[in-house]
Amino acid sequence: MPAERLPNFTHLRDTSMAPSAVNGTNGVSSTPGMNGSTDGGLSANDNIQRFAAPSRPLSPQPLHTLFHPKTRCFVYGLQARAVQGMLDFDFICKRKTPSVAGIIYTFGGQFVQKMYWGTSETLLPVYQSTEKAISKHSDVDCVVNFASSRSVYQSTMELLEYPQIKSIAIIAEGVPERRAREIAHAARKKGVTIIGPATVGGIKPGAFKIGNTGGMMDNIVASKLYRKGSVGYVSKSGGMSNELNNIIANTTDGVYEGIAIGGDRYPGTTFIDHIMRYQQDPDCKILVLLGEVGGVEEYRVVEAVKNGTITKPVVAWAIGTVASMLKTEVQFGHAGSFANSQLETAAMKNKTMKDAGIYVPDTFEDLPALLAEVFQAEVKKGGIRPAAEPAVPKIPMDYNWAQELGLIRKPAAFISTISDDRGQELLYAGIPITDVFKEDIGIGGVMSLLWFRRRLPDWAGKFLEMVLMLTADHGPAVSGAMNTIITTRAGKDLISSLVAGLLTIGSRFGGALDGAAEEFTRAYDKGLSPRDFVDTMRKENKLIPGIGHRVKSRNNPDMRVTLVKEFVHTHFPSTKLLDYALAVETVTTSKKDNLILNVDGCIAVSFVDLLRNSGAFSAEEAEQYLENGVLNGLFVLGRSIGLIAHHLDQKRLRTSLYRHPWDDITYMLPELSKGGAPGNEGRIEVDIK
Amino acid sequence: MSAKAILEADGKAILNYHLTRAPVIKPTPLPASATHNPPAKLASIHFEDGDDVNGVLDAAEATFPFLLVPGSKFVAKPDQLIKRRGKSGLLKLNATWQEAKEWIAARANKVQKVEHVEGALRNFLVEPFVPHPQETEYYININSVREGDWILFYHEGGVDVGDVDEKAEKLLIPVDLSQYPSNDEIAKGLLSKVPKGVHNVLIDFISRLYAVYVDCQFTYLEINPLVAIPNKDVTAAEVHFLDLAAKIDQTAEFECGSKWAIARAPAALGIPVAASKVGGSGGKVQIDVGPPMEFPAPFGREMSKEEAYIAEMDAKTGASLKLTILNGQGRIWTLVAGGGASVVYADAIASAGYASELANYGEYSGAPTETQTFHYARTVFDLMMRAPMNPDGKVLFIGGGIANFTNVASTFKGVIRALREVAPLLLEHKVQIWVRRAGPNYQEGLRNIKAVGKELGLSMHVFGPEMHVSGIVPLALVPGRMNDSIKEFDA
Repeated sequence: MPAERLPNFTHLRDTSMAPSAVNGTNGVSSTPGMNGSTDGGLSANDNIQRFAAPSRPLSPQPLHTLFHPKTRCFVYGLQARAVQGMLDFDFICKRKTPSVAGIIYTFGGQFVQKMYWGTSETLLPVYQSTEKAISKHSDVDCVVNFASSRSVYQSTMELLEYPQIKSIAIIAEGVPERRAREIAHAARKKGVTIIGPATVGGIKPGAFKIGNTGGMMDNIVASKLYRKGSVGYVSKSGGMSNELNNIIANTTDGVYEGIAIGGDRYPGTTFIDHIMRYQQDPDCKILVLLGEVGGVEEYRVVEAVKNGTITKPVVAWAIGTVASMLKTEVQFGHAGSFANSQLETAAMKNKTMKDAGIYVPDTFEDLPALLAEVFQAEVKKGGIRPAAEPAVPKIPMDYNWAQELGLIRKPAAFISTISDDRGQELLYAGIPITDVFKEDIGIGGVMSLLWFRRRLPDWAGKFLEMVLMLTADHGPAVSGAMNTIITTRAGKDLISSLVAGLLTIGSRFGGALDGAAEEFTRAYDKGLSPRDFVDTMRKENKLIPGIGHRVKSRNNPDMRVTLVKEFVHTHFPSTKLLDYALAVETVTTSKKDNLILNVDGCIAVSFVDLLRNSGAFSAEEAEQYLENGVLNGLFVLGRSIGLIAHHLDQKRLRTSLYRHPWDDITYMLPELSKGGAPGNEGRIEVDIK
Repeated sequence: MSAKAILEADGKAILNYHLTRAPVIKPTPLPASATHNPPAKLASIHFEDGDDVNGVLDAAEATFPFLLVPGSKFVAKPDQLIKRRGKSGLLKLNATWQEAKEWIAARANKVQKVEHVEGALRNFLVEPFVPHPQETEYYININSVREGDWILFYHEGGVDVGDVDEKAEKLLIPVDLSQYPSNDEIAKGLLSKVPKGVHNVLIDFISRLYAVYVDCQFTYLEINPLVAIPNKDVTAAEVHFLDLAAKIDQTAEFECGSKWAIARAPAALGIPVAASKVGGSGGKVQIDVGPPMEFPAPFGREMSKEEAYIAEMDAKTGASLKLTILNGQGRIWTLVAGGGASVVYADAIASAGYASELANYGEYSGAPTETQTFHYARTVFDLMMRAPMNPDGKVLFIGGGIANFTNVASTFKGVIRALREVAPLLLEHKVQIWVRRAGPNYQEGLRNIKAVGKELGLSMHVFGPEMHVSGIVPLALVPGRMNDSIKEFDA
């Protein structure tokens, strides 16, 4: 059976891209040039349907008709999913135009909203003000108001100023009771029908659906809401309206109209308002009322049945009968579902309704059978002639939903293997962020998770942190810091200044790390003895990266190097390459005292030891990481600390724009035909004949 | 979120602070008071389990200096939404602080039965005792209905006021406040049985009281007795609200939160700054001047650890998760999705004759995540396994309506995870499980839970939308209802 229901769709629609707000001009028809992407030569514009305004005013509807197949509304609030649901409903009801004429969204700029119309697309205008929206659409008489409980009072009162608006559905929960009463009062004075607050809305099968009523299209099709039946219902609860749709579809010829008046204490319209409309509407044959504990509104229907105003059969039930059987007060889900007196209990309501001649089942579970009985009796009487069942419409299925159900797949454009922000918690290489802190793994631990996708032992994390600390800064005179300082002094922002400094990092500045790792590793792997390595390099006239310091020497050791060596020898399981480099140092310092293994060299070889010999990486992985420039990464990350510091320092000192003094630059401009020393040959004239 | 009862102390603090501040709707016969009321003398004293009762009382002396003024007499009473305290002997009148202390110490943290509800007394209110002549006691009540706000007034207030619905004079203030009655109309509507001499004083008070009612969005306010002692030339009156019950509209927090808070700030209660941490502001930054409004649970309905846990989870997510334990020893447990459906399930269980066995009321809805559903379900299962074993076993309803957008398969994953965790206990406690759910992707959800039931050997019946929302309840509870002609979900 599920197999019959699910793949009941013809085309998939990609919700990963749309509906989306599109910047453009405000209007349905004038949006050329906004269709940036083309697919297979087809302009996206080719698939967009546009709807013209009606050429003549619609003939007036009878008073009892709130919604009909030509109802047009505004949706107040940017509720793309609800609007899409409404348009999908319109489409399967075979409406010619969408029920939503436009969206009112006071926070946005002027733009249009792209929506699906079946499997093609359409554009809905988005208005910043109610006034503008009203002025553009004289055919709209209904507003679905999604404004929050805080702002719904103000927006509804504003909507009531426009006589063209005949009905407003208020979706928000938690509207203050005093405000809800004022809205109800003002609307009644002006003859406007308010549905809600705290409701999902309502539905008129085959004609109009308010917001999210009915839920997903699957539900709507299952309850046959794409065509009208002859049972009208009013329910307090929006959630239970789905059940009513289901019950009515299963036991009768279907729903004629259904309204959920909302669970608050003071709904804008109550049972009697809608029951009376159904009574007056000749197409509605059976009335269903689903009340609730709390309030006394059900009694007005009882009154109308008793005095003969309501003549059609009414099937009714009030839920919450349990309340009187419990020892303590329980606030049920709805704000209004609380009995303040015996009269407001569900039991009393059910009894009174039954006494008045309304069809009230013994329990709610018996309601379907009772409804079926009432329906069959009406059919027998000839009051209802069930219509021929139309073909079940096909519903387009949204891409996201199909994917969630595992019905479809598509190749992803991007892959990420290191972090995931979709779940309850941010994950670094699979480790939740709370564990990152609980286990106190530090920056080094985070780096090992994100850079190497593994949890390295604590000493490795400590080593990474040590490298960052050691490379954090090296004074203002080095090229990176210089660039940052000059950029800062030119008045640029932090990011520009930082990047200006970072851009100097390469083979000459900061690149010693990479170079040292490469040369020492290659020599070691070739099996060259340290002496052979030094000799080879000299023969090739190459300096050994990582060897040599301007002032430090064997006798005046660089403390940074001492720290690293000590740490590595204490903690690393293997220090083969470091030991090799120290042997090279013995050779070089024997030639000249300051040709020591410097801090870059020491870090580089130790890092290779970490990659190769800690057991955490395969030989292949170790090579890969080195090749991909992880050592440069370390330097960039560490030095960023210092470069930012220089930027902040210059800002703090409010230094002015830097201009290099002339006398510090040797100007040697070429002069024509005045040959000179190499490097100063003068301007060369190129004369091509 | 709805109209909620508040503590008597809070209600009195709000009135005391705002009576002279709330804008009156129409001018009253008396000039506005030149000064505001002095800080209210309301010692609200709270006890937790395990507190040193005398220590708390001693600390209260430092917080509320008025308690130590020599020669003062006080009223002491529990402040826990208990009705008719006088009749239950829960009122200590005309007591010295020492006597009041002893009276409270004898009752604090002790379980008390009031009418048919039992609960521990944890919150007490001590305030000055006001000697007054009987004829200055009135009854006033304001309550909201759809058409407006009813004011009920009766000239003979007090403990024995009787049936006020019958006796009191009533006046409806319409929703549209531009239709607010004139002073004459108020006098005619409410004060026909009161000597003319005090009319102006009472009209002024009623108008100001109503102004506070509107401005602070009360939905119910009852003062009985209300004591109004006019001064000699009847231009003002000394007004005391001796006993007060009130509800305010919690949803109006965004409009009135600051007004509720400032009236209950230490400064408005005369609490010295040094001791003000008892007033609830102990160095923590609050969003308003004064502590946020508290809505106490009804007497005898203290939240259990589990209920508090679910309430906390509920507050932290957009989904709705509710749990109320009705009878922890009960045999019948529910795990129902949807606010409406959960009530319908409780109804069905009660009408099958099992109201006393119904263990919990609760619901989960609004697309909770799998993890949230898991924690919710586990909490319910955990409570269920703590209820004593029963030879007839237990019944668990995993129910729900037709979901709008919730992916049923995904929330059921959470339920299934919890079921797996407690499977051996479910068997040991002989738990019969009945499932009904529909909505997006219900087929897969039902298929999965059915498979797990089979795998774990649980006694389980599974139904989809063909079954009435709560149709499984009579099937499970009413003997003979379940038969072979009723088809379970099959896929």
